[in-house]
Amino acid sequence: MMRFAARLTRPGFILDADFEAGEGITALFGPSGSGKSTILRIIAGLQQVDSGKIQLGEHAVLDTTRGLCTPPHRRRVGFVFQEAQLLPHLRVSANLTYGRWFTPRDERRIAFDAVVEVLGIGHLLARPVSALSGGEKQRVAIGRALLTSPHLLLMDEPLASLDHARKQEILPFIERLRDEFAIPILYVSHAAEEVARLASRVVRLEAGRVTGIGAPGELLAGQGSEGRIEPVSVLVGQSAAPIPSYAATRVEHPAGAIILPGAVTVSTSGIRVAIRASQVTLVLGEVPRTSVRTVLEGEIETIEPAHQPFVLVGVRLKGGDRLFASITQMALDDLALTTGMAVLALVKTASLDETGIQGHHAGAAGRA
Amino acid sequence: MDWFQLQPEEWQAVRLSLKVASVATLASLPLGILTAWLLARGRFFGKTLLDGLVYLPLVLPPVVTGYVLLILFGRRGVIGAFLESHFGLVFSFRWTGAALACAVMGFPLMVRAIRLSIESIDARSEEAAATLGASPFWVFLTVTIPLALPGIIAGAVLCFAKALGEFGATITFVSNIPGETQTIPAAIYALTQVPGGDAGALRLSLVSIVIALGALIASEVLARRTMGRGGLAA
Repeated sequence: MMRFAARLTRPGFILDADFEAGEGITALFGPSGSGKSTILRIIAGLQQVDSGKIQLGEHAVLDTTRGLCTPPHRRRVGFVFQEAQLLPHLRVSANLTYGRWFTPRDERRIAFDAVVEVLGIGHLLARPVSALSGGEKQRVAIGRALLTSPHLLLMDEPLASLDHARKQEILPFIERLRDEFAIPILYVSHAAEEVARLASRVVRLEAGRVTGIGAPGELLAGQGSEGRIEPVSVLVGQSAAPIPSYAATRVEHPAGAIILPGAVTVSTSGIRVAIRASQVTLVLGEVPRTSVRTVLEGEIETIEPAHQPFVLVGVRLKGGDRLFASITQMALDDLALTTGMAVLALVKTASLDETGIQGHHAGAAGRA
Repeated sequence: MDWFQLQPEEWQAVRLSLKVASVATLASLPLGILTAWLLARGRFFGKTLLDGLVYLPLVLPPVVTGYVLLILFGRRGVIGAFLESHFGLVFSFRWTGAALACAVMGFPLMVRAIRLSIESIDARSEEAAATLGASPFWVFLTVTIPLALPGIIAGAVLCFAKALGEFGATITFVSNIPGETQTIPAAIYALTQVPGGDAGALRLSLVSIVIALGALIASEVLARRTMGRGGLAA
């Protein structure tokens, strides 16, 4: 359990945040410039604050009222940077074992072989860092941080600098370390799909302040305090099966089938699919003859004003999930949409990202 | 090729020069690295003063530097007297004094090269090492120094080359005593002052050129090898 409270004033930016992070993955979610990375740097001791208190398990590592500020190397916090930051003069194996050196012997509870196996980096050990791809570098960086047996793992948009295929390569590894090493993880991201897939709790940050804390399903559906965050709905499907002949996946949902790109094999039940509000089209009446493959049935529950010229329509789908659609005020008036009306929600397969699905990717985990 | 045979006293000057330059370089290297690191990364009161002090010998007339050394490190100088009575270390009119003069003159060049290479290190590498549990001392030893190694080698070679050529401060501080303080430049100077010394001066000049060129090539090879080990070279 980690408790964070800190205040920091810089020209043009004030951070004043207070939250807790427990077991599993807690996502710090918000637009860029909201202070997410700064919070990670404060926790790691790389950034000074005006005032604050950080409690890591039973140890306080920062308490400005008592003049306590543990230096970074004694905080026992793992940090995975956005751009890996491997030590360029060391080989992969030396990068991995670098932190072990400084970890007290009786606290080395994470084994080298286990990390190498989970991250699939056994064949890279003898290589110089310069011979690694972006995805490989990031996996080594995760392994390096894990091998210090940290009390908390900080991940600063570890996928942001990677392309889509590399993201698919890393995501399953992050899920495995969440499940297998039992280290609390604080995960910074502005990608709703990643957060929907990985996090058990979300802390939303806007302009240096916490504007919401909750489960991904409720929190990602919000627009933020200024209506500038695009709401993302998280639908829970019952089962998923690949359609190999079309390189697509069919997820069963009470309101209708959801067709995703890519043949994805999901081992867990309760598949989460993230859908951005801007990708949803609302249709009145019959199911039209359309190229859109995902058609979900529901009725309008809420209509909220959003950032001009849009309004945010909340649709209660059959089965109980809520799906948000961002449509124009013009469309709302022309169709005379009101609460209680039955509607069809259409979602293009091309607008869905299998990043948003939780579960094991058999096809995507291989290196492209 | 008889004329190319080095005379015994010329050999003596060559050997002495190599000894003086090596000792000057090696002895000042740790202090040079530390100073470069302080100037590159440190934030402290008096940094500008230290900066100026380090680079002073580069712009002062060498004779002035030699004279200041004579005042401070001479037998009756403040520091010189202390070192002699406590450690039996004498600089004036000894080869150690020549080494000190060469070290002082080469120091700015050494510090500058190392400082530039430390400044070019991505500070985020050092931060990453800190989050992995390395204290500032270990970060310095295992990240900063290895990454600055090409600059450290370049700085050492520059200092060595400067030491080989140093004349003004050395001759002012420790005079021109054959076998004790007469380095190659001082020997060349002495030879040009006597009739028939031209051949000797030419021979020693050629030796100077060969040593300087050898040092430059060696540093290039070393720097390339350290870069290669770091995986920076293709």
